[in-house]
Amino acid sequence: MIKWVDVYKAFGEKKVLDGFTLDVHEGEAVVIIGYSGAGKSVAIKHVVGLLEPDRGTVEVDDNDVPTLPRKELYELRAHIGYVFQFAALFDSMTIGDNVAMGLRKRGEMSESDIAHRVAEALELVDLPDVQHQYPAELSGGMRKRVGIARAVALRPKYILYDEPTTGLDPVTSAVIDELMIRMREKLGVTSVVITHDMRSAYRVGSRIAMLYDGRVRQVGTVEEIQHTKDPIVRQFIEGRATLEGDAASLAAPGPAFESGATARGGGAE
Amino acid sequence: MNVIEATGRWVRFRVEEAGRAGRFLEEAALAFGSVRSWLPNATLQMRRLGVDSLPIGLLIAVFTGIVLALLASYSFTGAVPLYFVGTLVEKTITLELAPVLTGLALAGRVGANIAAELGTMRVTEQVDALETLAYDPDSYLVVPRVVAGTIMFPLIVGVAMIVGLGAGWLASIGLLHLSSDEFLKGARMFFSTFDVEYGLVKAGSFGFAVTLIGCYKGLRARGGAEGVGNAATQAVVYSAVMILVLDAFWAMTWLHGRS
Repeated sequence: MIKWVDVYKAFGEKKVLDGFTLDVHEGEAVVIIGYSGAGKSVAIKHVVGLLEPDRGTVEVDDNDVPTLPRKELYELRAHIGYVFQFAALFDSMTIGDNVAMGLRKRGEMSESDIAHRVAEALELVDLPDVQHQYPAELSGGMRKRVGIARAVALRPKYILYDEPTTGLDPVTSAVIDELMIRMREKLGVTSVVITHDMRSAYRVGSRIAMLYDGRVRQVGTVEEIQHTKDPIVRQFIEGRATLEGDAASLAAPGPAFESGATARGGGAE
Repeated sequence: MNVIEATGRWVRFRVEEAGRAGRFLEEAALAFGSVRSWLPNATLQMRRLGVDSLPIGLLIAVFTGIVLALLASYSFTGAVPLYFVGTLVEKTITLELAPVLTGLALAGRVGANIAAELGTMRVTEQVDALETLAYDPDSYLVVPRVVAGTIMFPLIVGVAMIVGLGAGWLASIGLLHLSSDEFLKGARMFFSTFDVEYGLVKAGSFGFAVTLIGCYKGLRARGGAEGVGNAATQAVVYSAVMILVLDAFWAMTWLHGRS
């Protein structure tokens, strides 16, 4: 189980998380939605100890992540796969070596077993023939899939996906959605998915949480979110430029943006 | 009030920076203990930072040797026997010019290379990715480079000493019409193994400083291409300054008072 309890995080004067609280139960896929810069990536970076909260606790399987000694933190990380927004592949290594990195670190498998696992992971993301290529030779979508393969090769208990479908064409996005669903349904992996793509959120999520003003504005099942009455959540999921308006006005982007900005600034829990 | 505020802010920034650097040094020292993590990478880095830097070291040594021989001949103006050209070339090359000039050249090549590589890894989240795969960036990225620099700088400088001396020797024969025996007589006359030892230890300290500064600046890079560029520039400038500081440090603590 992953738990954020009343987490505060600021960078200089800028408050990013301001009392963020959320639970992710085993076997779930919780999708975190929210505006760009709302702090979604910051929230999941706390789970693997890449960031430490200013206040509050972040727990994974009852381990308080910020207070874990370094050795135990690395042991915990071995059970968590992390798919980065821009894949974060090691560009000096081949795709095969990228996917094998975590397995080699564990030191539990022979090289032939690692090669087998790498091939299996790349097969899972429909990229069986890229092992000997370098990241620079792949398209953005292929790199994202390799990022997923690198995470799933470890057979982790949890996977954190940071905008896995952003910037991809609809077909590749659907392939990645299917992959995330398969990971949960077939391998029982618990997932946290950050996305702006509501179609993907509805398809992948068992629950959806909206992060707004540093805290969870609403959390619920896909159906609950789809039928929400909260104006801020509605605006976001329907992709409207203003709280009240129907759609973004191409003719007058200035006022529409200002109104949207006002809407974001206001509103209570 | 503004001056006091600005001074206070500057002092605070410097103290914080010193604290961060101290913490970085402590973490790198702790990571040195996990030999299995850094050893495989250290050999790769020895080739990249050391062997690949050899040509620039040798080029500097050749020209330094030639210039030193001619400079010595010009300075002596007949008042000092010409075989002292060998003495001056040997002393200056081994004690000072081979370590310092090679160190400064490598500060540019190696320092910038490390800062740009690690800086790019930092801003593209590759360092974060390493951490999530349970790798410690200090033992995987920092220690292999620092070990490689500390070992390879003295080796390059050692070769540069030999090549510089050889270049001075050939220049003395070809341009100053000094006999080979005369040059070698001068070179041997005041030779001490301390000269070589001193030059090599200095080079090791330069290698340690240049690689450590490169890693520190690279891993602290922020904000994309501009951040990486700044990190590389700062790594070169800080490394060059540190080489001169260390040069003075060794002269004051080890050379001073010896006869």
